[in-house]
Amino acid sequence: MNSASCAAKISTQPFSLNPTSPASHDRPLVSPKPASLFLGSTRKLRLSSSSKLNLHRRSGTVVAVSDVVKQKKSKSTHSLLITKEEGLELYEDMILGRAFEDMCAQMYYRGKMFGFVHLYNGQEAVSTGFIKLLKQQDSVVSTYRDHVHALSKGVPARAVMSELFGKTTGCCRGQGGSMHMFSREHNLLGGFAFIGEGIPVATGAAFTSKYKREVLKEADCDHVTLAFFGDGTCNNGQFFECLNMAALWKLPIVFVVENNLWAIGMSHLRATSDPQIYKKGPAFGMPGIHVDGMDVLKVREVAKEAIGRARRGEGPTLVECETYRFRGHSLADPDELRDPAEKAHYAARDPITALKKYLIENSLASEADLKAIDKKIDEVVEDAVEFADESPVPSQSQLLENVFADPKGFGIGPDGRYRCEDPKFTEGTAHV
Amino acid sequence: MAATFHGVGATVAALSSSSSSSSSSSPSNSFGSKILLSSPSRSFSVRKRASFTMVRSEGSMNFDLNFKGRRAQQLIANAVATKADSSPASSSSKPGHELLLFEALREGLEEEMERDPRVCVMGEDVGHYGGSYKVTKGLATKFGDLRVLDTPIAENSFTGMGIGAAMTGLRPVVEGMNMGFLLLAFNQISNNCGMLHYTSGGQFTIPIVIRGPGGVGRQLGAEHSQRLESYFQSIPGIQMVACSTPYNAKGLMKAAIRSENPVILFEHVLLYNLKERIPDEDYICNLEEAEMVRPGEHVTILTYSRMRYHVMQAAKTLVNKGYDPEVIDIRSLKPFDLYTIGNSVKKTHRVLIVEECMRTGGIGASLIAAITENFNDYLDAPIMCLSSQDVPTPYAGTLEEWTVVQPAQIVAAVEQLCQ
Repeated sequence: MNSASCAAKISTQPFSLNPTSPASHDRPLVSPKPASLFLGSTRKLRLSSSSKLNLHRRSGTVVAVSDVVKQKKSKSTHSLLITKEEGLELYEDMILGRAFEDMCAQMYYRGKMFGFVHLYNGQEAVSTGFIKLLKQQDSVVSTYRDHVHALSKGVPARAVMSELFGKTTGCCRGQGGSMHMFSREHNLLGGFAFIGEGIPVATGAAFTSKYKREVLKEADCDHVTLAFFGDGTCNNGQFFECLNMAALWKLPIVFVVENNLWAIGMSHLRATSDPQIYKKGPAFGMPGIHVDGMDVLKVREVAKEAIGRARRGEGPTLVECETYRFRGHSLADPDELRDPAEKAHYAARDPITALKKYLIENSLASEADLKAIDKKIDEVVEDAVEFADESPVPSQSQLLENVFADPKGFGIGPDGRYRCEDPKFTEGTAHV
Repeated sequence: MAATFHGVGATVAALSSSSSSSSSSSPSNSFGSKILLSSPSRSFSVRKRASFTMVRSEGSMNFDLNFKGRRAQQLIANAVATKADSSPASSSSKPGHELLLFEALREGLEEEMERDPRVCVMGEDVGHYGGSYKVTKGLATKFGDLRVLDTPIAENSFTGMGIGAAMTGLRPVVEGMNMGFLLLAFNQISNNCGMLHYTSGGQFTIPIVIRGPGGVGRQLGAEHSQRLESYFQSIPGIQMVACSTPYNAKGLMKAAIRSENPVILFEHVLLYNLKERIPDEDYICNLEEAEMVRPGEHVTILTYSRMRYHVMQAAKTLVNKGYDPEVIDIRSLKPFDLYTIGNSVKKTHRVLIVEECMRTGGIGASLIAAITENFNDYLDAPIMCLSSQDVPTPYAGTLEEWTVVQPAQIVAAVEQLCQ
């Protein structure tokens, strides 16, 4: 991993119709590397394996993120991007994500969890890179691929595993499942099964932040919301509608596209007229940034600036993270369509391996330190499974409990009493 | 009730119910007052009824009918059509104030916005334009552009935005310029509005109000004449109410805003100019209760929204013919107030449902199922349901009239039911 190369492409408002650099004149149909299936990012592939700087690829006029890029460009070996503590924190978070997801796969095939389970292997750099910069009061909105977002945001592994096992000790009392992770305490606003559905919710959370500051006069309210979603979602109406509203009202939100190039079996290039998603930001009046999503430090640098922008009230940012999922779309997906060469290519860019290499090469941590973390996380995950296994399943009394915040909403029964006053209601056997 | 009146086309008929304004110590409305007092869970809602209602239609017929619940002797004595009491002296001496239904909605909304700074409005043209039906007129000037937010035309997204805002602490009121436009927001209403409280294990509440005008108007065409209550009724986790008078419009608006549940408030395009005198003091209408409009003995007529007026118009004819219909405005479309409805069925043994929904899968269909399930033994005849035809509302005035239930059909149905 080469943090000196500015692998971030930036697209800003005045350049909405122009390519950001001469090199991006590459038309998708021209493939310098025949084996590559993702033509939109071929250039990235070539360059990421080299350690040359690519200054010419940046646009002339830069706003917000440019300072970050310039900083990276002039970085010397003396000033590292992270401290040892930060490095270990990032490493631990990514290892937790990876180990947890691997355990999920095991548990699924052992019949401990059911339904649709979507694993995050390979994309850890995005979750860790962004969420580890947030405060507790900041909000995260995710999709169905939300286990690792929950873990990064601070939801205990036990709570997530229990939820997956459908136990009452799960973060949503077993009522949500894999695709609906919520945590009020950690401000994780879900977990949505339909793609694009969470983006308006995230926009609403950002709206609340602005409202609190400007209407309720909570002057120090600078909560930021991150909305994570995939490449397939970027062809959906809700994405565009929310880009518009967020830019219009300068909402404190960052739209993070986890472009893993595949929507189940639909290649991003087959579904999208212009596959370069980051370019769609300036069309709505916000900066659009493309970053190497397999490199947690690069993601983190971009995230710092985007989150900073939002916190300062300068409005939203669209960040496209080029990433990859090592497993299929879900545990039910045989994953036969993707080229093994593509998978191998990205496996070689495993973000965890890359961070490990960085930490060791820059003497931020020793092998022993990292192994200790590996072991610790193994124990955390094992403990989570044990806890989930031993937790009780929800009893029938839980069936009707959370349908309404105010259970009077079930109405008045023939006997004149509210249905929620019926003792059968608390037993879960009432007929509503 | 010997009042006569001149109906003007298919427009609304006068109706009212009253309470003596002097009895302020106990709710003096006719039906339900006893229940309110004895049931602690419902004692929070005070129901004081308006003294009378006047209805303005194109023909500007004004009526003054005083019902005093079951006290029949006073009923007839006072049920005389009088001239509109527009003289200043008489207006000022009566308690309460007069306003139109859209003003009542605005008043309710404004009072709640003053009471709680977290209440905000989102919708198309709600701000500077004042609302396409003037329900939010003046509010943006008073509360600012962020609290009364003019949104772009993106129903799905701004409804979702309202839901996200509700989850994070605000209390938004989302307006659909026409209820039909909320079809575009179905994803958010069904998946997020209704279900998020449950799928999050109770962690997040969604105290959102989604409101807007629906129903068949005056030749507005098929897409602007939709009745969405039938589409939304299956969504778990939401409540639906329909207002029909300025009194209950204000009351339901306020109750909906104060409720922790997501509530969909259905207004009707043709009812916005109804005029009524409503109390000055703060009041709300219980979201789960039905409203007794006219007690009776022979038949129970269940209705809501605009059809209430068609029913009341038919009721005049029926009374002249010697029938005594009991008219209940169910108000709460989801859940049904089975207590009020059940008591009525137990008394009259005959049920007629009059609604503007489509026949298939409408509110009436659900109501028939609920009544049959719970009160089958009390029925002397099969339940009759008059709904709109399963037809996209045509533009032509004559055709449009035939798709909607008219008073004459209601009269015929009651006569048939009571044979």
